[in-house]
Amino acid sequence: MECVFGLVGNGFAIVAADTSAVHSILLHKNKEDKIMVLDSHKLVAASGEPGDRVQFTEYVQKNVSLYQFRNGLPLTTAAAANFTRGELATALRKNPYSVNILMAGYDKEAGASLYYIDYIATLHKVDKGAFGYGSYFSLSTMDRHYRSDMSVEEAIELVDKCILEIRSRLVIAPPNFVIKIVDKDGAREYDWRITTADA
Amino acid sequence: MSIFEYNGSAVVAMVGKNCFAIASDRRLGVQLQTIATDFQRISKIDDHLFIGLSGLAPDVQTLYQRLVFRHKLYQLREERDMKPESFASLVSAILYEKRFGPYLCQLVIAELGDDNKPFTCTMDSIAAKF
Repeated sequence: MECVFGLVGNGFAIVAADTSAVHSILLHKNKEDKIMVLDSHKLVAASGEPGDRVQFTEYVQKNVSLYQFRNGLPLTTAAAANFTRGELATALRKNPYSVNILMAGYDKEAGASLYYIDYIATLHKVDKGAFGYGSYFSLSTMDRHYRSDMSVEEAIELVDKCILEIRSRLVIAPPNFVIKIVDKDGAREYDWRITTADA
Repeated sequence: MSIFEYNGSAVVAMVGKNCFAIASDRRLGVQLQTIATDFQRISKIDDHLFIGLSGLAPDVQTLYQRLVFRHKLYQLREERDMKPESFASLVSAILYEKRFGPYLCQLVIAELGDDNKPFTCTMDSIAAKF
């Protein structure tokens, strides 16, 4: 029941993810952060098998840092996305990772971008994307209300609409969400949407 | 649903007099859900050589990258462009290499050879040429 979605606005990209760590019928943790800050201007929102999710995103993060140390320059979002796709594609026919990724980033030349990377290594640059059962609701809501060049306030309104839709229509809807943003000032946490605080 | 229909795709090509046309749909789907409507399935390898790749999207992307690499390497080594028949043979070899774990793609090659003579052929995932 993991819900991850994101969209590109005017000079920024926003990703939102649910924060439930679930094992069968048990909710282990309410505040699991599934959006990793890859480097200063990149976010990776991942959903899928918990072990694979953490291991694979950390692997990508460390390799992106290594490139920066070796070459003195950070990778562009497109390059990082293609690297991630390459790793997933190589592993696909040996021992596949079950991780779906939305990679959001900001580059000076390319501006804000969002990449949809499937668990079978499909890569596509999108304006809005979503994974999980929540995608049925969030993609439809975004299709209806999304415009290119939205401001941050309008985008957050749309994210809230999607979260509301997921909460009202998904049978085991996750209670809490985290929202992170990346723009020219960097990648950072924007806000949380909490309905159930820790007991 | 077959794995070839997982992402959904349709590619078609036709030859004419000193020309060819190649067309594809642009939908990227996951079973019945549409992810994007601007996915590119026809790729330019060369000014006169186009390939349309249909089938599973990740294999489409991997195969395209491999073919571009091999084509560029050929150009560097031979200092000339590949002939249509040579390229078709190269694709055939690359696909049959993976006979028992194939790239899940079916492709259409369309090229203009010497004297602007158009050439088109299709291949299934294990390099059966038509």
